Amino acid sequence: MTRIAIVGIGIHPFGRTEGVSGQDQGSYAVRAACKDAGVEWGDIEFAYGGSMAAGAADTMVSKLGLTGLQFINVANGCATGGSALLSAYSTIKSGAYDLGIAIGFDKHERGAFRVKTASSGRDWYGGTGLALTTQFFGMKINRYMSEHGISQRTLARVSAKAFRNAELNENAWRRKPLSEEEILQSAMLSYPLTQYMFCSPGEGGVALILSRADQAHKYTKKPIFLDSAVVKSRRFGSFEVLAPSLALDWSAGPTVDTSKKAFELAGIGPEDVDVAQLQDTESGAEIMHMAENGFCEHGEQEFMLEKGETEIGGRLPVNTDGGCLANGEPVGASGLRQVYEIVHQLRGDAGKRQVPNDPKVGYTHVYGAPGISGVNILSR
Amino acid sequence: MALTQRSIKDEILELTADGPRLIGMRCKDCDNYVFPYQEGCNRCTGTNVEQVRLGTKGKLWAWTVQGFPPKAPPYLGEASPKKFEPYGVGYVEIDGQLKIEARLTESDPEKLQVGMPMELTTVTLCEEDDRDLVTYAFAPCA
Repeated sequence: MTRIAIVGIGIHPFGRTEGVSGQDQGSYAVRAACKDAGVEWGDIEFAYGGSMAAGAADTMVSKLGLTGLQFINVANGCATGGSALLSAYSTIKSGAYDLGIAIGFDKHERGAFRVKTASSGRDWYGGTGLALTTQFFGMKINRYMSEHGISQRTLARVSAKAFRNAELNENAWRRKPLSEEEILQSAMLSYPLTQYMFCSPGEGGVALILSRADQAHKYTKKPIFLDSAVVKSRRFGSFEVLAPSLALDWSAGPTVDTSKKAFELAGIGPEDVDVAQLQDTESGAEIMHMAENGFCEHGEQEFMLEKGETEIGGRLPVNTDGGCLANGEPVGASGLRQVYEIVHQLRGDAGKRQVPNDPKVGYTHVYGAPGISGVNILSR
Repeated sequence: MALTQRSIKDEILELTADGPRLIGMRCKDCDNYVFPYQEGCNRCTGTNVEQVRLGTKGKLWAWTVQGFPPKAPPYLGEASPKKFEPYGVGYVEIDGQLKIEARLTESDPEKLQVGMPMELTTVTLCEEDDRDLVTYAFAPCA
């Protein structure tokens, strides 16, 4: 079976870049990825790209060059980047093409996401004051903390780690380390989550070039293999963001299903992963996603964070680039940023934030509205 | 002061003489409930569904407190940072039916607890055409 390799990566710094459109941040990342792979834009046979708030990706060909390639726009909520990557992966696996690119970028207004839930008539859900993704995260972690004995201090530890890691990442947005006390005492946005426990919608762009593994040597000395790429939606009974009602029945969320499938396809288990990027929309999400992705039992996170097991030098480094907490969440680009970081970690060129002991297997996970998850497993 | 109340949307919140009622969907084949009403069952995938008034009493299942003003639009309540007051948000489990997401009249974390009994009420968002525009909420009850 055809294996798929990532042979070129590019990023536009995350955060706020006044005067540069989201799409231009995407184009910047595309050019950087082409340079990294040693190819020209004209060599790229196909592209999948998307943004949530910064326009159609395919129009960027007017600046990159009108080469006639197959370019398909992807829009899949928080899994937009993951879906572009999965589509590129599947396209090469199918044999249709040998070299392609996955592109994600975005540029959001300041503050919490403005969610409009009615296309016509009165938006009663938003009008009532319920159309805020932040509320879901507050409710989910609040319930989880009392069920599994997670303290608010542990939430602060996750954020402190993110900003500490970001200080070592020149492409991150929030690079100033904050103490656990500063995090705990910042404004309470959605109990029990404070301001510095939440990521912010932001800006940024990422592009990843993929090829058939047997041709990867043409582009790079260090190909990173994409062993599985999975996207799944929710099943009946799961607890999801922006849901006016939930069933009495209970089922695990899409993260659990997606993770299981990804491990099955890669033929490995959570114990084989050396470095992971997990969706940290807020610090509680990282904690819950550690267990939902199979890296620990529910409740073990309290001890793991206390012992520093998810630090860069720990047993399972998580969000080594600062995650969403320190990079912000430009929705279209966010999932691809995780893969970008894993490629650096597995190539061994992550600089000051390099995970020690020669990591071989990396893992990325996104979760978002309206109950969707994407997981990638990479190896070298 | 406004003379009467007006529902944020009659199709989902009915203001009756006996108090507010939420309108949901019940599947006649598998007895699944969804709020608001929709024309297909998300459990059995069937379409043999009916509109029903949902139960008004339940237990708090999960909660948080909205601590900053939501963006307006779409929010219809007080969104100015100076006048905004935090409000509770939670899911209330209606026995034998479903869990409904709603505002809570209580916003003090010390007074909110999973499992506490709650009942349906309304809160005023703003005035519209000389009437109080109201939406649904749950209040702690004995």
